[in-house]
Amino acid sequence: MEKILEVENLHVTFNTYGGTVQAVRGVDFHLNKGETLAIVGESGCGKSVTSNAIMRLIPDPPGKITNGAILFKGKDLAKYSEKKMRSIRGVDISMIFQDPMTALNPTLTIGTQLMEGLRAHRKVSGNKAKEKAIEMMDLVGISNPEERLKQYPHQFSGGMRQRIVIAIALICEPDLLIADEPTTALDVTIQAQILELFEKIQESTGVSIILITHDLGVVAKIADRIAVMYAGKIIETGTKREIFYDPQHPYTKGLLNSVPRLDLKEERLTPIDGTPPDLFSPPAGCPFTARCPFAMEVCNKVYPADSEITGSHKVNCWLQDERAKQLLATII
Amino acid sequence: MLKYISKRFAVMLVTLWIIITLTFILMVSVPGSPFNSDQSSNETIKANLEAHYNLDAPYHIQYFNYLKSVATFDFGPSIKQPNQTVNDLLGRGFPISLELGIVTIVVAVISGIILGIIAALRHNGFIDYMAMGFAVLGISIPNFILATLLIQQLAVNLDILPPATWSSPAHMIMPVLALATGPMAIIARLTRSTMLEVLTQDYIKMARAKGLSPWKIVFKHALRNALMPVVTIMGTLLASILTGTFVIEQIFAIPGMGKYFVESINQRDYPVIMGTTVFYSAFLILMLFLVDIAYGLLDPRIKFHKKGGE
Repeated sequence: MEKILEVENLHVTFNTYGGTVQAVRGVDFHLNKGETLAIVGESGCGKSVTSNAIMRLIPDPPGKITNGAILFKGKDLAKYSEKKMRSIRGVDISMIFQDPMTALNPTLTIGTQLMEGLRAHRKVSGNKAKEKAIEMMDLVGISNPEERLKQYPHQFSGGMRQRIVIAIALICEPDLLIADEPTTALDVTIQAQILELFEKIQESTGVSIILITHDLGVVAKIADRIAVMYAGKIIETGTKREIFYDPQHPYTKGLLNSVPRLDLKEERLTPIDGTPPDLFSPPAGCPFTARCPFAMEVCNKVYPADSEITGSHKVNCWLQDERAKQLLATII
Repeated sequence: MLKYISKRFAVMLVTLWIIITLTFILMVSVPGSPFNSDQSSNETIKANLEAHYNLDAPYHIQYFNYLKSVATFDFGPSIKQPNQTVNDLLGRGFPISLELGIVTIVVAVISGIILGIIAALRHNGFIDYMAMGFAVLGISIPNFILATLLIQQLAVNLDILPPATWSSPAHMIMPVLALATGPMAIIARLTRSTMLEVLTQDYIKMARAKGLSPWKIVFKHALRNALMPVVTIMGTLLASILTGTFVIEQIFAIPGMGKYFVESINQRDYPVIMGTTVFYSAFLILMLFLVDIAYGLLDPRIKFHKKGGE
């Protein structure tokens, strides 16, 4: 399959008065054309920073991409100038933000905000832009588009605004869409509608999607592959089936155990005890050691290498070591 | 919108009426009369003069006469300069005061906003500190101190600008500078802080994600939102510039309206007091009204009617 995006050994740091935060510490993943990759993890694990880094939207200072490559269609975006990056943003890669209530400018009409990206990047006439805008409004399911283009954001509900944000992101027909928690700020029925919209859009445009979320329900619905992030590293990746039915990393298992399920009779959810490590001085070994029920001496000292379970399923955990496997087999 | 405007006009008229009444009460309760200082006049002449100007009538009759003169825009002749009507004085002084006021506001608003934007974009940088240091100076130095300092340095010591009067663009520089610095500093500080806030908003990030140029992001997306608080304080600033013109016109010997205003009070020149006060008040009320309208034009969320509908 053709890879549209490859992120290699990405490091992002933020300089603060308190010291340097190592928000992303060597992230590797790729995205195939036309698929949806979900990046899952708890708050502060670096998933949003990773997505902002791909768009090169990390405020510098204080943020900085210190190492690594972001290969989009084979070209390294990390080395692009700000000006060159501007021709990529909104055209080849688009982004959808978490809160549709604040993502739209309250003083500009929907039409202006919808068309300005198109008009900035493609030399189109006003009428052509309007035609395209109406087409996009239709695509995201907003009725009476011609009238609504003249209205302001405050005249739309939250779900409608998120549809508009999606329309804005898609108007230049990007190859890659980064959705940063696109449903978090919406109520459940609207969430389902928006997720269906994503599926419909992917079907009709073939856009590749990176979905940033902490909601495993959302992941189960629309992701093809999943990358689980913890403390600035991707600790396990695999297809949706592999992650949900055969999780290998204790953190992934913990995440799945903390989601309510209808098919099990357990009355209480099992949370993961403890908190993530301090990213001002992240541990040398596996960052999950302090919370891991299987932690060993080695976990604290050395970060485990990639272990391939299958061609698509990879995990970084010392439990994958042959000796640990043998030992576990004798216990259980 | 039309309903809103007509309602506002009614309120403005009431405001103006209250101002006229208060001014009248203050005027008659201050001791002295226009003819006190005239050494030559004896009691009989004085009584005749008062009768001539209707000043011997009971207060309520005088009050209604004033109201009538306001309603017909005819304030009568000045007592001190009987060959001139109040309207003559206003007609001569107002264009000059207006010119000073408009140039001041334009200078203050444009330079204040630009300074604020630059400071916000170079947040915590050298330019930011310079601009904000300058703004603190501008806010804390009263305009009359600044005016005398400017005259001392630019007109007396360096001799590059005319020290007073109002006849060429060069004459404008110092009065405008003295009058505009305070409001400019306030606008700059406010623009900077609101701009900093707006620049962290999601819709700015979204505009960046669209691949727009920094120029477009600042002027199309950020500035309009950042300017709303600035428009809000414009009313207050207009009032302070207006009162500032009294002082500045005195210092620079500018033959504007402020001169007549101050002189008329000292001399108890009742028609001129009434005329200038009514004129200034009406002007300020109108300006505040325009500021409110501008606010609605900037922010589509503000509508000039109470309930929904078109």
